[in-house]
Formats: sequence, C-alpha cells, structure tokens
Amino acid sequence: MGQDPLFLGHISLGVVLIVVVKVLVAFVALLVSVLLMIWFERKIISDMQNRIGPNRAGPYGILQTLADGIKLFFKEDLIPEKSDRFAFKLAPYLTVIPAFLIFTIVPIGGTVHIFGHVAQLQVADPPIGILFLLAMSSVAVYGTMLAGWSSGSKYPLLGSVRASAQMVSYEAAMGLSVAAVVLITGSLGTRDIVNSQMGSFFGIFPKWNIIRLGIVPFVIFVIAITAELNRPPFDLTEAEQELVGGFHTEYSSIRFALFFLAEFMNTISMSAVIVTLFLGGPDGPNLGGPAWIWPILWFLIKTGAFLFFYVWVRAALPRLRYDQLMDLGWKILIPISLAWLLLVGAMQVSKVYGFVLFVVFLIGGSVLYRAVSIGRDNDSDVETITTFTRIKFNDETSIEGSNEGDN
Amino acid sequence: METSLILAAIAKPDLITFIAAAAIVLAGAFGVVASKNPVHSALSLVMTMFGIAILFIEENAQFLAAVQIIVYAGAVVVLFLFVIMLLGVDRREIFSREKLRGQLPMGIVAGVIALGEVLLLAKTTWATGAKASTGPVGNSVDNVTRIARAVFSTYLLPFEATAVLLVIAVLAAVYLARRVVVEHNEEEEIAVAIPEPDDSDFGVSISTADYSEDFENESDEEVIDL
Repeated sequence: MGQDPLFLGHISLGVVLIVVVKVLVAFVALLVSVLLMIWFERKIISDMQNRIGPNRAGPYGILQTLADGIKLFFKEDLIPEKSDRFAFKLAPYLTVIPAFLIFTIVPIGGTVHIFGHVAQLQVADPPIGILFLLAMSSVAVYGTMLAGWSSGSKYPLLGSVRASAQMVSYEAAMGLSVAAVVLITGSLGTRDIVNSQMGSFFGIFPKWNIIRLGIVPFVIFVIAITAELNRPPFDLTEAEQELVGGFHTEYSSIRFALFFLAEFMNTISMSAVIVTLFLGGPDGPNLGGPAWIWPILWFLIKTGAFLFFYVWVRAALPRLRYDQLMDLGWKILIPISLAWLLLVGAMQVSKVYGFVLFVVFLIGGSVLYRAVSIGRDNDSDVETITTFTRIKFNDETSIEGSNEGDN
Repeated sequence: METSLILAAIAKPDLITFIAAAAIVLAGAFGVVASKNPVHSALSLVMTMFGIAILFIEENAQFLAAVQIIVYAGAVVVLFLFVIMLLGVDRREIFSREKLRGQLPMGIVAGVIALGEVLLLAKTTWATGAKASTGPVGNSVDNVTRIARAVFSTYLLPFEATAVLLVIAVLAAVYLARRVVVEHNEEEEIAVAIPEPDDSDFGVSISTADYSEDFENESDEEVIDL
C-alpha cells in the first residue's frame, strides 16, 4: 500500500542507479520546460496584445530564453552593502529547491520495466505523498521572506511581507481542498490518488476528482495555487507601480535568474499537481501504439493546458487590491472549502446525510449572507481597523473610504 | 574509494542517514545558540527541524516528519521571523554580560543532568514500559492509517479538546490584537469605533537587515508610511 515496487526487493546498486537517473531526468526535463515555458508565455501574451514578441533568436524566437539566461550569467553580481550577506545568498536556493522537490512527487506516467526492475514514472512516491506538497510550499515562504528582508531596503521588505502573508493565508484554503481529495481517495500517496481516478462513470465521463468532488475544491485549489505562486492576478508581490520590483529588487545576475527560474518551475510543478489531484494525472484513453507512451502524452497535454490557462489569466485579468486579496482568502475561500470538506465527508458516510447537509448549508449560508449584508448596510460607518490590517493596508483609497464613512 | 563509500552507504543506509541527520541537528542547534543575529538563529532552528524530520523518516514515522516540517518549519518559525522583522528586535544583543550570577556553571550542570537523563532513558525500559523499537508495528496497515485510527478512536477526547483549545487561543489572540477606541459621536448618538490615533499616520516601524554596528544609534529603525 503506497509502496514503490522498486524498493520491495533487495536494494542493489542498480536500484540506486535507477533512482539517480530518475532524479536527473526529472531535473533536466523541468529545466528545459522552464526554457520553453518562458518563451511560450511571452509569445502567447504578445499574440494576445497584438504584437510579435521574441522573434530573433532561433526559429520563432524559441532560443530567446537561452540567450537571456546566458546574458544573466555574465552580468555583474551585486550584493548591496547594507544587506545581510548570508541570508541574501541563501534565499534564491531556498526558492528553487522546493519548486523542484514539489515536482518529484508527481506521477507523469504508468510503470515501466527497466533491467528487470519495475519502476514508476515518478521520482518518488512517499507514503505521506501530498503532505509533502504542503510541506514544500510552506518551506518556499522562506526564500521570499529572506530575500526581501536581507536586501536591507524598504521596497523588497514590503514586497516580501506581502508575499509571505499571502502565501501563509492561502495555504489554509489549499490544504482544505487537498484534504477533500485525500478524503475521497483514502490515501495520501500521489500514485494512489491517480489510480483511484482511473475508470469512468457510465463509460463516458471520466472518474476524475474534478467530477467526483464537485467542481468546488478544484476551483478553490486553482485560485489558492495561483495566489501561492504569486502569479497574476495575485502578483501583489511584484506590483511594479508600488514596489519597484518586489522582493527581488536588489538581486542581479545569476541570483535573479534563480528567482525567475523558481517562479516558472513552480508554475509548471503546480500545474502538474493540479492535473494529478483533480484531472486523473496520466489517465486517458489509449489510442494505439506503445502502451507506455499514452499516459505520458495525456499528462503533458493536461499540464500544457493549465500552463496556457495561467498565461491567459495573466493577460486577461487586472491585479487585485491587497484587502480584496485577503478578503477573498480568509472570508470566502476558507469557509467554502471547509463547508465542502464537511459535505464530502457526509457523502462518504451516506448519500442521505450528504444531501440533508447540503440543503442545511444552502439555507444556512444564504441566511448568513443576508445577515452580513444587512449588518453592513446598517453600520457601514462603523469601521474597525485592526492592527493586522493596519500593517497590511497599503491602499490609501480604502483608508479614505473609511474616513468618509465616519462623517 | 568513492564506489566503496557508495557501497557502504547502500549496505548501511540507516547508519549513514543517522550520522548525517544528527550532524545537521547538532549544527543547527549550535547555530541557534551561537548566532548573534536573531534571524540567523531562526534559520538554524529550521535546519534543526529538518534534521529531526530526516530522523523521523529514518524511523519510518513519515507522517510525523511531514507534520514536523509543515507545523514547525512552515508555520512556527515563519511566525518567529514575522515578529523579528516587523517588530524590529533584530538588534545585536550583548551576550558577554551575564544576566544572572553564575549563569554559565548552572547551565553546564543542567545540560549534563539532561544528557544523563536522556542516556538513562535510552538504556532502560522505564519510560513507556517497552524498549524503543524502529519501524512500523506490522506491515499490513501503514503508519498514517494507524495514527488516524488512534487519533479518531482511542484518543478522540484529547484530540477534540486540543482543537477547542486552539480555537479559543485564536479567538483570544484576535480579540487582543484589536486596538479599537470607541468614541462617543454627539450628532448621531451612536458609538462609533475609530482607529486609535497614531503619531505617524498609519506608520509602521519596520526594521530591515540594515543594522549598524553601534546599536545605540536609533536611526537604523525606519518608519515607513504604508
């Protein structure tokens, strides 16, 4: 149960070699896909904005990222005099490593037989599985936080405080929607999660978690992930008009490149995680040819669709304001995902329970919503600003709005 | 030489892992005590947490390892860092002067006693009545399932009590953090809560890594209008 067949027998040198090869292949594949992803993003956005985009280096400008990378390598590496040198140098690595490690638990295909060993097409399948994702995404906060603090400058610090508050807040919603998946699977392992989604309802609809759980946890997870990645429309971290460049303002050369790499690596890893948790991972019909190739292809197609989705969102949506971001996270996503988790639990016990609970939630939720809106109308002039929001508040308009309300 | 090392590591993975993890734990613990800068101390603490997580994994307690990282490294120390960064306590402190008389010898004595106690407990079956054992109790059910069964059946009451306690703590913290001054509004005869007046309009003092050597100089604390 949740056990990698590779480690069941005697662990010989061959097994160790297979593991090393798996890690290397995953790392190189991720790096190459980051190169392609940056090009893809720039190309798609320029198409959406009716311009050409990179078109000089290589066919269709596909080597542009490589050229940029080489340029960044040879730029001067600056360390600000007032920075904390140790933390300043440590921070980029603390962002890159979790980004890669998240990808290691994603199953990208079925199982293959190599040299008499059965190997799963995923770097690792730990029994804690998806908890590893939560652990790594909570460790990723350190990179952002330390980068901003150690720069010894105001804007990076503000950017990093925003980023880490945002990441910590959205982790709760993310964890709760993951909990719904774990509840229906009955296991934490990513391989088990993928296996439980194989098959179909009535032979037409795939038995993916997006359908089995109702669409709500999926939507919440995607929103929380976007906030976790600091991608638009949640890229308050690097709001150029307000914060110069965000937490990596003071970084240059290869250290800046590492932050950039981590951002795109995280986007790819998280898209892969979404596919694993809600879209059946490598599940899909076999359309002929060698059997092992179709799961990988389906996985790549689904992940690519999500990458396109992220680029699309970036091109289409304006950035949220900070208080809107916090409201969305704490007041909307967390209550809904909690209620939905209870609902999924009740459905597991019995369908009658589940539907009764659903009706209760519907009535209770609408009564609560009405009560809150009446309360808001009645004393819209009573504004309570807690210390927490005062630290976070960076929007003059809402503070002015509250002052108007007082008069 | 290298192949023989790798072969040794394959032959005795537990020993090698333990030595590496123990070195990480000890180095981190030393760093917590020895660093002058509180942020560096907090980072060393994270390193210790990771070492302990590796030790848990080596003992086949994967769930504990994940919880160790998520709760301690991911939440507790992040809050430490928030406090250090936002409240600006990252000034270099003087450790040369002892705050208590005879602090150092008493500390050494306490350390030796604690070490002796740990060694004694490791040798005997006194603490839980069973000798320490590694690995899961049986191979039929995995560790996570076992923990879940125990928490939601045998230890349900303590578990729920802890949950309630945490909710109370959160509510209390939110209540204490609200700094609201209720003023009397003469025109409409209702109590209007307005934020407490502040000298620097909504200013928050945030200190950065920029600490100068002379810590008496207060100018390194920057007041930023948010």
